[in-house]
Amino acid sequence: MSSSHSPPETVLAASGPRRSRFSHFLVQNVGLALVVALLIACIILYCVLYLVTQHRLPGGFELTSTLNNTMPLAFAGIAQSLVVLTRGIDLSVGGVIDLTNAMAALTLNGGPVQTTLWTAAILGVGVLCGLLNGVLVAVGRLQPILVTLATLSIFQGIAIKVLPQPGGAVPAGFTNVLANPNWPVSLLYIPLIGLIWAVFRRTRLGVSVFAIGNDAMAASSHGISVKRTVILAYMLGGFASACGGLILAATSTAGDATTGNTYTLTSIVAAVLGGVSLFGGRGSGLGAVFGAFVTTMVVNILFFAHIDPLYQTFYEGLFLLAAVVAANVIGQIVRRRR
Amino acid sequence: MSIAAIEAVDVGKAYGGVAALTKASFTAEAGEVHALVGENGAGKSTLIKILGGRVRPDQGEVRIGGRPVSLSGPEAAHKLGAWTVFQELTLLPWMTVAENLLLRREPRGGFGLIDRAATAREADALLARYGVMHVDPRALVEDISLAERQVVEIVRAISHDPQILFLDEPTSSLVEREVEWLFGQIRALRQTGTCIVFTSHRWGEIRSIADRITICRGGTDVGTFTDIDEDEAVRLMTGRRVEALYPPLVPLPAAAPAVLEAADLAGPNVKRISFELHAGEVLGLGGLAGHGHREVFRLLFGDAHANSGEIRVGGKSRHFRSPRAAIAAGIALVPEDRKTEGLLLQMSVRDNATLAILKRLTHFGVLDRTAERQAAQSVVDSLRVRTAGIGLAVGALSGGNQQKVLLGRWLLAECQILLLYDVTRGVDVATKHEIYELVSRLASEGHAILFYSSDAEELAHLCHRVLVMREGVVAAELSAPGITAEDIVSAAVRDHLAA
Repeated sequence: MSSSHSPPETVLAASGPRRSRFSHFLVQNVGLALVVALLIACIILYCVLYLVTQHRLPGGFELTSTLNNTMPLAFAGIAQSLVVLTRGIDLSVGGVIDLTNAMAALTLNGGPVQTTLWTAAILGVGVLCGLLNGVLVAVGRLQPILVTLATLSIFQGIAIKVLPQPGGAVPAGFTNVLANPNWPVSLLYIPLIGLIWAVFRRTRLGVSVFAIGNDAMAASSHGISVKRTVILAYMLGGFASACGGLILAATSTAGDATTGNTYTLTSIVAAVLGGVSLFGGRGSGLGAVFGAFVTTMVVNILFFAHIDPLYQTFYEGLFLLAAVVAANVIGQIVRRRR
Repeated sequence: MSIAAIEAVDVGKAYGGVAALTKASFTAEAGEVHALVGENGAGKSTLIKILGGRVRPDQGEVRIGGRPVSLSGPEAAHKLGAWTVFQELTLLPWMTVAENLLLRREPRGGFGLIDRAATAREADALLARYGVMHVDPRALVEDISLAERQVVEIVRAISHDPQILFLDEPTSSLVEREVEWLFGQIRALRQTGTCIVFTSHRWGEIRSIADRITICRGGTDVGTFTDIDEDEAVRLMTGRRVEALYPPLVPLPAAAPAVLEAADLAGPNVKRISFELHAGEVLGLGGLAGHGHREVFRLLFGDAHANSGEIRVGGKSRHFRSPRAAIAAGIALVPEDRKTEGLLLQMSVRDNATLAILKRLTHFGVLDRTAERQAAQSVVDSLRVRTAGIGLAVGALSGGNQQKVLLGRWLLAECQILLLYDVTRGVDVATKHEIYELVSRLASEGHAILFYSSDAEELAHLCHRVLVMREGVVAAELSAPGITAEDIVSAAVRDHLAA
């Protein structure tokens, strides 16, 4: 960038003052802001219902159990977000959770060293699952939805092979570290995830993931390797799913090769509620974490509102629709006012 | 003699058996501004894509600095100092202007992480260095205008200090002031020895900036010139003389009824406007961009709501709540940006042409495919749409032919009132000529046409009357015969000059 040439005369002058940085920040993070607002509203509603029915406010036990029950979905939501940001979709999230959960139940019964080694190995399996997806999508040029639908079944099948019957036992120490049942230690996950996401967003890989989600052709013309980025995104997603599988094993203190299945769809819900665009290129993993908490809170609210469990999914569906429509409308209003 | 900065030798490229470029050669030197001109379909864009590394040629050779190169992608070209602003912009819409400008060269802070605040600051400095103060580096690309995006894309390319800069129709979305800015930048680059190759459809621009001009026609170069007048250039590009571009004006019958009236119409950016549009008339709307033309069209088409005033169709007062209502009343709009306003690019010519009359072609819920085909074929035949067949995706046609398909859709729907908004923008000379003939023919068949154009010459030749708008009102009304482009321009800027 030399400055040797003389400045040309014509300048495109600014027509007015610029928007404040805060205004830019708000508009560019409107999805995140909305999910936080939604979560706060859900928590308030939950507390009110709890107070009315239980005649006291929810306490440490409720907080701890909500956190521990939600963390697997939170990680599944991050896994989904990473892939959706590249304009893909990962239906195998549930399969990876099944597999890693089953492996955890089978292998985590030794001492601390052995447990640590197996934990690392299980995370590695998650990464390998992601690698398989990524290679099939990026190198095989196959549709993500087809690839991951197939690998979902494959991972589920392997999980059943690993742990044919629900069971196994997870040591208490493992549970206390990953999903402490007595104290809301899991609350620490949220700032930790926020920090990791902020770092990710500031790495070359993070920028590349967003860039190819925006426009893969344009990104590649600026030297970003689309294949490499897609594969790495699926691998990171596999890692996050494996984290979910491990935490799920820790909370349930046992394994079940089918318990992860629901996470395929709920992870998409968490990501979308969290402001991740299914068209790729925008959103945040932290948003998906908040999205996961919103879905948990909705279940809690329905419980305390004495909704017949038979109709629970009906109301969940209504809520999801209302939330997405509202987010869309508010998002558009914010953009239009600029 | 200097070594050629860039050289294309007999390059050719075919897409699916159709040659986009048969055998084109040209040479541009360091410190030269070289224009590639020709009709759409002459192969200019393909040539630029090959030179920029986006497309690999099937045959021929590209030489940079005298050495043959094989470009595996745009990045390979960048390494050789060749940067391209492609016609399809490559900015990432949901990232900020700053992130786009500094993509892959972001400033790093602690732990080697990208420093986002510094990115914005550096981008700000970069924009300021090139005299761009009106773009906020912290804004998302999605939230800035098309012209601003074009400017940002240009700044990104020139900020890499290119040895060679390719610009494919850089001015098509820019207004006068921005074109001036761009030319300032180009002159500065030329001084430092950069070779600049650009394409444009605007002869005035080409004359004012280009050192040499290479004319392309039918996928090959027909010659490089240092001094050539417009008549000769048009003849070489099209084989037609410039006077023959416009059809003769068909006189209006004395008792033509007013089919569309605006009475004291006011709305966003439109202060108060009244006019009558008669059957068989081409009524021009002219003036500088941003003075309410677009809004007048939107009001008439039910796409914006009037604050006051009245629209009358066939003498009856109408209030359109949506474009659908306007279409039902026989009003059709052909916008300048057919990509986002009207055509389904992935769908066929047939589907696009018959979209508005599907109901008529459907019997008991079943679409009559034969009637649909006939209807679409009639559009292709009567409007001379150049397409390989009615089954071809509309997106594969050239801009002018896309316009014809859209116009054909409304003619099938028997719309009598046609609102044509800058329909010839970015369209090549030969297709422009066909569109002019079409406008003239449709008017003589009794259609009433409201015609906005950013090209005053076009208005002067094509319209029975021209209303020149300024700041949301009609500043002048000119009547044929004897309208000149100068009259229109001077009416549009009179106050500006006086001020």
